[in-house]
Amino acid sequence: MSVRDLLSPFTAWKHLFREPVSIKDPLDREASERYRGFHKNDIEKCIGCGTCEAICQNGAIDMLPVEGVDTIKTQPGDSGLRPRIDYGRCCWCALCVDVCMTGSLTMSNEYKWVESDPDKFRFTPGVDKKHWDDYKDGYHRPDGHRLNAPERIEMPELEPRERIDSFIEIVGGYSLEQAKLEADRCVTCGICVATCPTHMPIPDYIAAVRDGDYERGLKLLYESNPFSQVCGKVCTRKCESTCAASHEGDPIAIRWLKRHITEQVPYEKYRDIIGEPLPPTGKKIAIIGAGPAGMTAAFDLARKGHTVTVYEAQSHAGGMTRYGIPEYRLPYETIQRDIDLILSMGVGIHYNTRVGHDISMEKLQAENDAVVLTIGLSLGRSTRIPGSDHENVFKAVDLLRRITEGEDIQAPENLVVIGGGNVAMDIARSMARLQQQQYGEINVTLTALEDKAHFLADPVEIKESIEEEINILDSRGPQECVIDDQNNLIGLRTWKVLSIFDDQGRFAPSYDQDDEQLHPGAWVVEAIGQMSDVSLLGEELTEKLEWNRGRIQVDDAGHTSEPWLWAAGDCVKGPDVVSAVATGHKVAASIEAAFAQRETGA
Amino acid sequence: MADRSQYPSPGPDGTLDIDLSSGKYLKLWQGPNHPGITGNMAVELTVCGDEVVEGKTHVGYLHRGFEKLMERRTFIQCFPIVCRICVPEPDFNEYCYAAAVEELAGLEVPEKAKWIRALILEMGRINSYLMYLGGQAGAFGQGVIGQWTTYARDLMLDRFEELTGARIYHMFILPGGVRDDLPEGFQERMEDTLQEIESTLSDVYDTMFRNAVFKKRAVGLGYVDPAVIDRYGVTGPVARGAGIAKDVRKDQPYLVYDQLDFEPVTANESDVYARADVRRRDLLMSVDLIRQILARMPRKGEVMATLPNVLHWKIPRGETYVRGECSRGEYGYYLVTDGSGYPRRVNVRGPSYTHAMALLEKLIVNVNISDVAGLMVSLHTYPPEIER
Repeated sequence: MSVRDLLSPFTAWKHLFREPVSIKDPLDREASERYRGFHKNDIEKCIGCGTCEAICQNGAIDMLPVEGVDTIKTQPGDSGLRPRIDYGRCCWCALCVDVCMTGSLTMSNEYKWVESDPDKFRFTPGVDKKHWDDYKDGYHRPDGHRLNAPERIEMPELEPRERIDSFIEIVGGYSLEQAKLEADRCVTCGICVATCPTHMPIPDYIAAVRDGDYERGLKLLYESNPFSQVCGKVCTRKCESTCAASHEGDPIAIRWLKRHITEQVPYEKYRDIIGEPLPPTGKKIAIIGAGPAGMTAAFDLARKGHTVTVYEAQSHAGGMTRYGIPEYRLPYETIQRDIDLILSMGVGIHYNTRVGHDISMEKLQAENDAVVLTIGLSLGRSTRIPGSDHENVFKAVDLLRRITEGEDIQAPENLVVIGGGNVAMDIARSMARLQQQQYGEINVTLTALEDKAHFLADPVEIKESIEEEINILDSRGPQECVIDDQNNLIGLRTWKVLSIFDDQGRFAPSYDQDDEQLHPGAWVVEAIGQMSDVSLLGEELTEKLEWNRGRIQVDDAGHTSEPWLWAAGDCVKGPDVVSAVATGHKVAASIEAAFAQRETGA
Repeated sequence: MADRSQYPSPGPDGTLDIDLSSGKYLKLWQGPNHPGITGNMAVELTVCGDEVVEGKTHVGYLHRGFEKLMERRTFIQCFPIVCRICVPEPDFNEYCYAAAVEELAGLEVPEKAKWIRALILEMGRINSYLMYLGGQAGAFGQGVIGQWTTYARDLMLDRFEELTGARIYHMFILPGGVRDDLPEGFQERMEDTLQEIESTLSDVYDTMFRNAVFKKRAVGLGYVDPAVIDRYGVTGPVARGAGIAKDVRKDQPYLVYDQLDFEPVTANESDVYARADVRRRDLLMSVDLIRQILARMPRKGEVMATLPNVLHWKIPRGETYVRGECSRGEYGYYLVTDGSGYPRRVNVRGPSYTHAMALLEKLIVNVNISDVAGLMVSLHTYPPEIER
């Protein structure tokens, strides 16, 4: 202790001459740029996936329907729900912002909010308007800061050089490790389930992949889709187009994970996992056409114990999956495995039996309690342009069928395909393979009305077609199949497309006639759409049925205007496999309900 | 000096035989609501005259069951909880939890994230010491020190706010790294803040440490015998004030401390004054460490590892103990995982537990009632970490 210790504290007096350090008006103090203040939500961008709700450790977020905003409703890719946040529970950790799949949820740097009604602090950001909604500053998920992987695990595929001279399957399938990593990316929001036509329990079977419980996964698949092996390879995967992960990254490879499950369970075990059908009921059902819709209905009805007989005009079952989809996308063995499984449920099938020719519709009606029409779209449409009746102008579906049947087709050295859909890609790529086998080089031109951004084909198909050196020309309208003096087809003349639809949205293409091209081709293949072959119905039934723009009119459950007749598949909706499966399920359920009604009525 | 003959003598088992009906003793509660108490805890004093004969600590006023809560939350959901275990210095919880999860999950943290983590921990240490200095001085009646250090701490909170997006609960260090990089111009603003803190500290030194009143009351008070340091599990400035250079940053370097130049600060007197001085000098060392970190840290690089999808993050069976040197001593997290998506057990080892629960009861005997608050503060207790 010294004199210094007595005097030194008096140096504090110098603070008398300092400016006060406190802020005069703290209410005006603006928080920092990164401050985690009150929430903002871009409700147009938000899809209501509920991942914020799932991660919130306080349970402060509830997903609720929004009233009074027209644009927000339950629709494909949007649950119609929006997060409501309870500020009595929120701890401003911003995990909800970090995990938000669309980046719609952010935070402002506002931190002052006075209210006399405590319930007001439970609010739906973006819907309940707040003055901080247009604040620029505040916490946003920093670049690169992710709580889940945005990039898809690449699917092993054959290189174009390896695949182009054969019909060998292109896609290899995930390894266990790859599948686990891909399955891990799923946030289990379930928006895909609503989009899938047959509402497969997607998050559940992806969870089975994560857990490595493939038998559970397989059971889930076949509860909702007897064509799971087929869909695992060629589904149009509407689910992936609405996947929450697609907004700020790649969608989950739902189709490939489904395929992975079917590959991991030994085929011998399938039957036991799916289980036995119910005991016979004595009810008889005839199904016309062994495509995905008919066979799905057969599967469901047979499992209920009904006696199901399928009539198929071709020599094999599978419909368009077999006769329309080339083998490099869907090996015939895969189709057969699903078909055999369905047949093992006690389904009877008559091949090479054309209804209306080999057996009459009246007979089917008389001998069965119900008849299901799943005749698909087997006839190709024609452009009906001049020259399209030439013998070297083909329909894509006919050619694809001949290839499937193993016919030895002598490909022309060059050919032109008309159409921009998947069928057009299928025939172009199939013919390219034949050309490569026969000539060692490819000369296929594909012309489509649509521009590249609006092609109807799957983007993957387009990408692979380009890899396979198919010459894809967009916005070209076919005008004439040009025939020379010796009646040889020499190519297709097209005009540049200016627009496809008129002001009312009707199909009425307009062209720039000055931009004319001749695409040389010894063949022209039309792949512009298909229609049903309804000749089997007979005049009388055709008259009696109600029709909707060339398709048979059915109710939501697939019931036609005739009480004994149902219709499903591409001939009523589609065309695609999974929609066919969905309508097959619906028809089966509708027939079940009709049987129950008849019994209680009787 | 009180009349020692009045004091009870210990029985054969060491316990005191206090006969309250004798009229010699008085029960006196210090806390749980008392300006001189370090947060929400209480000391049940038995006094004889104005000296303490026996002091028993009572805790539980702040129990929120964090460890149990975590057993029902996913690994990412625990991250916003842990910081709440210690209000004035929350970052150690974030760091220890993240480091434990990373170790068990096999996550590699990017280099730059380690530097930012060390930066945040040192910033937190400064805040904690500033709060302590105000409390220590306040316990002896010097309110102005608290005002100054609160101002200095507020400046550091501004730096926290611009870096982490929050002032108190930063929620910035999460398993895998840190949320974001330093903001533009951070180093310059930090330098201004550090200079302001140094200036404040110089004032504090003149008014508090070179002050006859403070010296009179703090010197010799609350002597901790170096021999009991290990027996009581004493760590941090309390141990260093007793001449034992224990510092996890040096003894078992974590993050980037092996790349920084520093020596643990020690004193030998082991009383309240020595501990306060150790903390003051440790604070200045943190200022220096922040300068070193900002000068040496990599300019570019990732700050976050790639996490698996946190919504179903499962961590293989394992257990680990992760520790670091916080402003009060060794802070540790013991984490047990069982292969599920939830921690099987999280145990938080806060230094306040040993200091306030065991050591205080030993030190408080024979202390004047008016010095109890100063003694408690000198152990730098944060009750929430006792009752996690």
